[in-house]
Amino acid sequence: MKLGFSPEEEAFRAEAASWLKAELEGPFADVRGRTSLTEMPERRRDWEKRLGEAGWSCVGWPKAYGGRDATLAQQVIFAEEYARWGAPPRLNHIGIELAGPTILAFGTEAQKARLLPKIAKGEEIWCQGYSEPNAGSDLANVRTKAWRDGDDWVIEGQKVWTSLAQFSDWIFVIARTEEGSKGPKGLSFLLVPVDQSGVTVRPIHQITGEAEFNETFFDGARTAAANILGEPGDGWKVAMGLLGFERGVSTLAQQMGFRNELDAVIAAARANGEAKNPLIRQRIAKAEIGLKLMRYGALRMLTDAEGGTLNPSALTYKIQWATWRRDLGELAMDVLGVSGETVEGSEYAFPVLPNLFLYSRADTIYGGTNEIQRNIIAERALGLPREPRGDLK
Amino acid sequence: MKQPAVGFDMHFAFTDEQVMIAETAKAFFAENATSERTRAAMAETGVDSALWQAFTGELGLAGVAIPENCGGVGLGMVELAILAEEAGRNTAALPFLASLGLAAPAILAGGSEEQKARLLPRLASGERIASFAVASADGTPGATLSDGTLTGAALHVPHGGTADLFVVAASNGVAIVDRGAPGLGVTPLTSMDQTRPYARLHFDGVAAEALADPRAAVSAAFTTGWLVLAADALGGAQACLDRTVAYTQERVQFGRAIGSFQAVKHRLADMMVAIEQARSAVYWAACAIDEGSDESAFAVHAAKAFACDTYSHCAGEMIQLHGGIGFTWEHDAHLYFKRARSNASLLGTPDWHREQVAQLAGLDQAA
Repeated sequence: MKLGFSPEEEAFRAEAASWLKAELEGPFADVRGRTSLTEMPERRRDWEKRLGEAGWSCVGWPKAYGGRDATLAQQVIFAEEYARWGAPPRLNHIGIELAGPTILAFGTEAQKARLLPKIAKGEEIWCQGYSEPNAGSDLANVRTKAWRDGDDWVIEGQKVWTSLAQFSDWIFVIARTEEGSKGPKGLSFLLVPVDQSGVTVRPIHQITGEAEFNETFFDGARTAAANILGEPGDGWKVAMGLLGFERGVSTLAQQMGFRNELDAVIAAARANGEAKNPLIRQRIAKAEIGLKLMRYGALRMLTDAEGGTLNPSALTYKIQWATWRRDLGELAMDVLGVSGETVEGSEYAFPVLPNLFLYSRADTIYGGTNEIQRNIIAERALGLPREPRGDLK
Repeated sequence: MKQPAVGFDMHFAFTDEQVMIAETAKAFFAENATSERTRAAMAETGVDSALWQAFTGELGLAGVAIPENCGGVGLGMVELAILAEEAGRNTAALPFLASLGLAAPAILAGGSEEQKARLLPRLASGERIASFAVASADGTPGATLSDGTLTGAALHVPHGGTADLFVVAASNGVAIVDRGAPGLGVTPLTSMDQTRPYARLHFDGVAAEALADPRAAVSAAFTTGWLVLAADALGGAQACLDRTVAYTQERVQFGRAIGSFQAVKHRLADMMVAIEQARSAVYWAACAIDEGSDESAFAVHAAKAFACDTYSHCAGEMIQLHGGIGFTWEHDAHLYFKRARSNASLLGTPDWHREQVAQLAGLDQAA
């Protein structure tokens, strides 16, 4: 059992750092330090393309598909340096972290060759069509339908909370392809182009004032018959495989962002004297400890993954970081006091810390609420009885 | 456990040898540190002597963190934490903390070569039990060392009633005091946690042998003691969860196993979330000390605070989720509950350790 990286890995770190520094102090200085996902979308697309050209977009993917064949440790290092240099959140994070790995795991050779290099080069942006008005925590209750018509799939229905759909070229959709089927059976995992008359994207304004996510309507939308991952009816299996990818290397990059947020809270507390308040000191210490434990928890998880096993402790990660960040948002506001309540100018757009207080309320909901996470932990890790299903429609 | 793949040098998991030590210790304590034996020891001195003899003798693991030239095994803090975790899982009534977590590291770090060679082999072999006394704790006058004699008192010395020798941190040095030395008074105290009872020591001009480097001795004793308490807490918390999960699957009310109610399941899930973080904390701290990382002080304070809070939380939930039976002397829940409280109170409360983290995090630097 050991901590830390080898000299070769540290050399890789230096290479990544020097490239990031040159770009983010040079041609991409304008996107450096941006935290919102929706600001300056055109420049964010340019940044995706620049990363792709230089081979720094999807470092863990095979070279054949536009990646760098990086080891797990190198992926971790790149993620850390990426955040350390203030590079902005990835506009295509769903393509890179979810769609790409799922295509790698379940796609045919032709699908991989067609789709993956476009993601790696930053040329095609992806979003996720999972939740529906009546399929939130109960995801298997999706009602969006699809059927074959000649060489196409035709899709009818509605998705909701589709983050970044307004910038996306593709959406992956779980749709019911077996008429009359229920629950996880009879679903298929379809890949659908967004730019067509049958797809309508309508932004939803969030409590932060931004519109990062959308309602997405499918009204006779079409996609080629070949654009399905797995066989018809395999949709649930593919979708659940994808959820596993949400616990990968990206967690460490995410933590570097958390580090920046905690540093901002500490700086604010030092500046206004709250750093002397013993109760605030306790809460900052808790946040510091929680962040370190996320890091070492993620390293345990990745070490296990490298050994080919998924330790049940990995199931605890989502609730851990989401709750940590929500607590940090509250701490930030307690440190700022009333000055956190106002912003200069007429636009309802708050700076980093007050925005964190608002935004972090989403963290304990999306990707499986804290309550669903507790069910998953209790049932899958601890072996307790499953929740009974009700019969209300 | 798998060796690291080529190019993957980050290996935050047990090595094969560490897995073997963990499995051996787990089986040993499960078989020997039974509730019956622990309770028998609780009614007497708080030490299951036969268990201590077997642990130090047959198993030969007591000296795991003591160098080979001092009669030990020559491994490190990760291995010591593994043993403490397994002992904690069974609330073993052993002077593990006192002798191996506090006194031995103090002597190892602060003793002369001669002192180490003379004192440590007999601690590693279990022939003698040592404890560590902080003479100035709790705002008492403490003790002072003068011309090879010690005068004063120490109020709360873990397993002090059974120790054969004491490492005493006095106001002006650290010294070894033998149990039989004239002028030493040892008063065993009725202690809430009977698996680690305290004693009060009085020093009335008692002969004391100074350690060469008192600062190093105290620092090593605290650092190792904090880690051992954190690891003990981790094992204890895991046992609270495992036993409570088993009980809630058997116990039927309203025609259902109570473990099928979300009100119960979610509390058990929260216990696991905390325990997995405590596990990361303990082994991060152990690695950081072994590797001499500049994060080690931060890590060990974090581990002591987080693991002890987790243990208190889980032991409290164990009582609550067992209902009335969990409040009885007959059930083991109180063994965990009381040991959890003792781990939290001893050597700095979680709040105190978090304050150390706050200082290390730079809260007192200028804005």
